[in-house]
Amino acid sequence: MKHDLILRVLAKLLIPVIVLFALYVQFHGDYGPGGGFQAGVIFSVAFIFYALVFGLDSAERVIPAGVLRVLASLGVLIYAGVGVITLFKGGNFLDYDVLSQNPVAGQHLGILVIELGVGITVSAVMLIIFFTFAGRGRD
Amino acid sequence: MQFILDHYNYWIVIFLMMVGFYTVISRGNLIKKIAGLNMFQTSVFLLYISIGNVSGGTTPIIAEGFRAYSNPLPHVLILTAIVVGVATTALGLALVVRIREAYGSIEEEEIHKQDESF
Amino acid sequence: MIDILIDVTLLAFLAITAIAILRIHNLFAVIMLFGIFSLLSAGVFVVLDAADVAFTEASVGAGISTVLMLGTLALTRGHHEKPPAHRPWLPLVVVLVTGAALVYGTVDIPGFGDPATPAQQHVAPRYLEQGQAETGVPNIVTAVLASYRGYDTLGEVTVIFTAGIGVLLLLGRRRRDKASKDEQP
Repeated sequence: MKHDLILRVLAKLLIPVIVLFALYVQFHGDYGPGGGFQAGVIFSVAFIFYALVFGLDSAERVIPAGVLRVLASLGVLIYAGVGVITLFKGGNFLDYDVLSQNPVAGQHLGILVIELGVGITVSAVMLIIFFTFAGRGRD
Repeated sequence: MQFILDHYNYWIVIFLMMVGFYTVISRGNLIKKIAGLNMFQTSVFLLYISIGNVSGGTTPIIAEGFRAYSNPLPHVLILTAIVVGVATTALGLALVVRIREAYGSIEEEEIHKQDESF
Repeated sequence: MIDILIDVTLLAFLAITAIAILRIHNLFAVIMLFGIFSLLSAGVFVVLDAADVAFTEASVGAGISTVLMLGTLALTRGHHEKPPAHRPWLPLVVVLVTGAALVYGTVDIPGFGDPATPAQQHVAPRYLEQGQAETGVPNIVTAVLASYRGYDTLGEVTVIFTAGIGVLLLLGRRRRDKASKDEQP
């Protein structure tokens, strides 16, 4: 598939759109359907598409395995970290009311941040799983 | 007629669940077993979403002009279950790959035969 | 009315696809049918007013799951399943008895889409009435997921993270050996 011109051109056109759509789903999840889980999966699909068209090696140069492992842990850390911050601010664990002066604004901020954590972990784990399966077949 | 329409969703759910269950217990191929397990799982998702549906309702995103919404709680439970489901499926498939590397086969019978010959 | 018609048709397609998955022995076809199965169920979720769930099922079930299963098929190189040696009567009996018991159980279930069922009475109205005022988020699914049941979702994210670690542990080892071999000479 490495020399298929149509696929390569289409991939270059589509991948930015997929990433943009993933970001839209991530940050518009409060107002429309979507959120961290869906956005994470769509984001990882962009990279899987890249790996399928341009080969696994170039995909791993774009996003190295080490980075993915850090990102997967970072997402869970962001999520749990928000909980710890709310504890320090005097609330209960994951009680976002205390994040801001106004409880509603605090809730909104908390939801946005933890959805980001979910998105990062989901996309990183999906990519880790895909790269491990695909890399196993290479050798 | 109304009775059938009222329960059609649940019957299809049970049918899918039983087909998935049958695939798991009657077929020896491990990939097929995982496909059956996933089918079973999807039928449970359908059951939850069917229970949460309200006729005349709409997607639970609050907007002007809508009064009836379907139940958001099953949606939340199933949304996370789907993503967790794919992660556990990946784990199962990884186990299948390792079994194939260790036994040279993904047919249950052949694996059992090799185990007994030890 | 059109809702019910689409719902009935899609569910019938789902049942047919399920039978096809059970009966076909070519594993590649099974995996493709499984992708179709996921996409059809995503369609059913849209008809049942669960846009978020449909979104997830379409991207996860029809997308990632299918890719992973194809990857496994490529790794295991077994494109055909061995047909069962004899008709599996015992599983059939077990499945029929269980199915009959479950169908008997559905007779008492409140009708599909009935707004007065116990499932619609307990916490959901509270979420729908207060959710936007309390969290400032109009999408109640997101509000429940991230705020009211945030603790739950933290657990789910941890499960996904753990599954990733599990796959790495099971399949990731050989590549490091290869890398260290490459470094030695």
